[in-house]
Amino acid sequence: MGKIGLIIKREIFSKLRNKTFIIMTFLAPVLVAAFFAIVIWMSMSDKAEQNIVVIDETEFFKDKLAGNDYISFTYSHDSLDKALDKFYASDKTCILYIPSNLISGADGAIKIFYKKAPGFAPQTYIKSQVEKILYEYKLKANNIDPTIIHNAKQAIKLITEKVNEKGEHAEQMTAFASILGFFCGLLMFMFIMIYGMMVFRSVMEEKTNRIVEIIISSVKPFQLMLGKILGIAILGIMQFIVMGLISFALTTVLSSALLKDVQKDMVKFNEQKAQVMKNGTTANLDKLDPMQDKLEVFEVLGQIKQLNFVEIFICFVIYFLAGYLFYSSILAAIGSAVDSESDSQQFMMPVMLPLISGYVIAAQMMSNPESNLATWGSMIPFTSPIVMMARIPHGVPIWEILISMTLLILSFLGTAWLAGKIYRVGILMYGKKTSWKELSKWIFYK
Amino acid sequence: MEPILEVKNVVKQFATHRALNDVSIVVPKQSVFGLLGPNGAGKTTLIRIINQITAPDSGEVFFNGHRLKEDDVNLIGYLPEERGLYKKMPVGEQVMYLAQLKGLSKNDAKTRLKYWFEKFEMQSWWNKKIEELSKGMQQKVQFIVTVIHEPPLLILDEPFSGFDPINAQLIRNEILELREKGSTIIFSTHNMGSVEELCDHIALINKSQKILDGSVRDIRKTYKSNTYRVSFKGNMMGFTNALWTGAELLDKGQEDDLTWAVVKLLGNTTPNKLLEAILPVCELHGFHEVIPSMNDIFISKVNSENNITGSKSNFTE
Repeated sequence: MGKIGLIIKREIFSKLRNKTFIIMTFLAPVLVAAFFAIVIWMSMSDKAEQNIVVIDETEFFKDKLAGNDYISFTYSHDSLDKALDKFYASDKTCILYIPSNLISGADGAIKIFYKKAPGFAPQTYIKSQVEKILYEYKLKANNIDPTIIHNAKQAIKLITEKVNEKGEHAEQMTAFASILGFFCGLLMFMFIMIYGMMVFRSVMEEKTNRIVEIIISSVKPFQLMLGKILGIAILGIMQFIVMGLISFALTTVLSSALLKDVQKDMVKFNEQKAQVMKNGTTANLDKLDPMQDKLEVFEVLGQIKQLNFVEIFICFVIYFLAGYLFYSSILAAIGSAVDSESDSQQFMMPVMLPLISGYVIAAQMMSNPESNLATWGSMIPFTSPIVMMARIPHGVPIWEILISMTLLILSFLGTAWLAGKIYRVGILMYGKKTSWKELSKWIFYK
Repeated sequence: MEPILEVKNVVKQFATHRALNDVSIVVPKQSVFGLLGPNGAGKTTLIRIINQITAPDSGEVFFNGHRLKEDDVNLIGYLPEERGLYKKMPVGEQVMYLAQLKGLSKNDAKTRLKYWFEKFEMQSWWNKKIEELSKGMQQKVQFIVTVIHEPPLLILDEPFSGFDPINAQLIRNEILELREKGSTIIFSTHNMGSVEELCDHIALINKSQKILDGSVRDIRKTYKSNTYRVSFKGNMMGFTNALWTGAELLDKGQEDDLTWAVVKLLGNTTPNKLLEAILPVCELHGFHEVIPSMNDIFISKVNSENNITGSKSNFTE
């Protein structure tokens, strides 16, 4: 074990000395967080103050358009041309033009003239305001009370519950589980790929540097291969933990800022709802609508807490290790057999194909999470780390997980044994292009 | 004295090619042993078997009297023909790593490393990356890696290929010094000059088979053919006439004002008889026995072997 320890240590430190590796470890989570921060910041900047002057040729909307925190409406009797002349010098940010044919005509278009483009949110807000006023007007014109319509539209909640063989059932957030599952599968795919390729390059580097013969005069080739694979595994877990901690810290900071808003809205929503119930009036109905979607966000957040994150995390670590060991030993064997990366294409395809199909299965599970394909994919070692990770958020019986893990670990022992056989011959082969046939011959060398 | 290494009837077969066919060698302790042979003869395969990099299909290897075992790698220093180092790893760290892989403790490795770095005047290289060093400098580092654990057995595969003349001389001196200290050195080469200069014993391998082995002195003795080189002043015609059926003229020529001739003595003719015959006809300036060089023996032996097997020699050196 002493010599393998030395190899593991060297493998880790040579990567830690690599500046890009260190920088990426810290930068990747920051970049992801920065991306979200930018998205949030952009949606905030939608809330820039909008002073809108309304040119209403129908004379119908006057004083009916409701403003909000950052949008305010003023009304003008000027003609559009005149208003446009004055517009640029004024402090108004937009002109809302409502043509005279809007109420009667079929061609219902309104126009916004602007100096600086208003964001998506103010546009939808204005549009929905106009639509709503028109809608209520038209109902009233036909002697229909808007409250009747409103009460007739009853929002219902869809609850999905999973039943197990004992008849017990529990609520499952299938939509969220699908997304989480796909994310776990994707992460697994990326991790196996990244660290597997690291092993591949490391093996090839030693071969092309011609140092390998010096090393295997001190240690057995299998020890060298194992040391390499384990070293990079430890490195991977360390990187995973560092990235995880940074991401966790950043998302906590970001989400607490976000959740505060959502929470506040939630309280407000409940108050208003209670008031509506009590009064039975329609006074605040229109104010409730825009909050409906925020309510869903709040429910999702509540459901997330019900998911078994400990189970998901433990399974992720085990599947990552076993899946990585499985693929990296195959990649080590290939790295030993080729002289340059360009020679490796013919070997890479058949190895990458099952890995990619695992990813594809995980992707199609978004729409059909418990298909036969998913069950089989989560058992077959080539795809099981990815597919099983995508299944776990939906709830998988523990015995299935155990079978799948056992199969994967047994297969790893098999591939490691085979890879060791190929590796010890491959690292000493120079100059000629290797074929699959040759590779299989090496297995039987003494 | 017990030999340090004994290879007995080793056979190694690759898919379609037999690399070693029943090869046996005996390497005496504290000697310089030359493993000779044309390219592709199987030298490197044999060396890899001794280093336990590959296993023989049949046959045995004995080291210090016992069958070769896994720990023995720590007692062998190996400089492969295809040699390199980690390009991005600092020199000091790299040698420390490789020394520890050979079983040295961290402290021992450091002490010995300092000794060698001082000896080769390369203390300032410690933190340099290998890729920043010149080829000659890299070769010194490689040599240190080979000997740092003070192995009783050193195996150098083509040590002089790729080394510049200055480094080659340095290595040559180190080899002799290490032998004085008690190490045994095996080196494979087809540089015959170094064989005569350095080797005590040789084994010649051709087409996967050992075709000759023994001490250099004995081999050259066996291959001398009772031939003498005479240089003299006088008439070549007279010289030829003086020869009789007991002596045969092989070659002749002119060198400045001296004439020379190579004469092979037949039967039990002694050199004295030849001298008696030629002294009356010429003024003698030189007379010595022609002993074949290892190069001659090597080429004639390989060629004759190849002719026996009916194929053309591909040996070019």
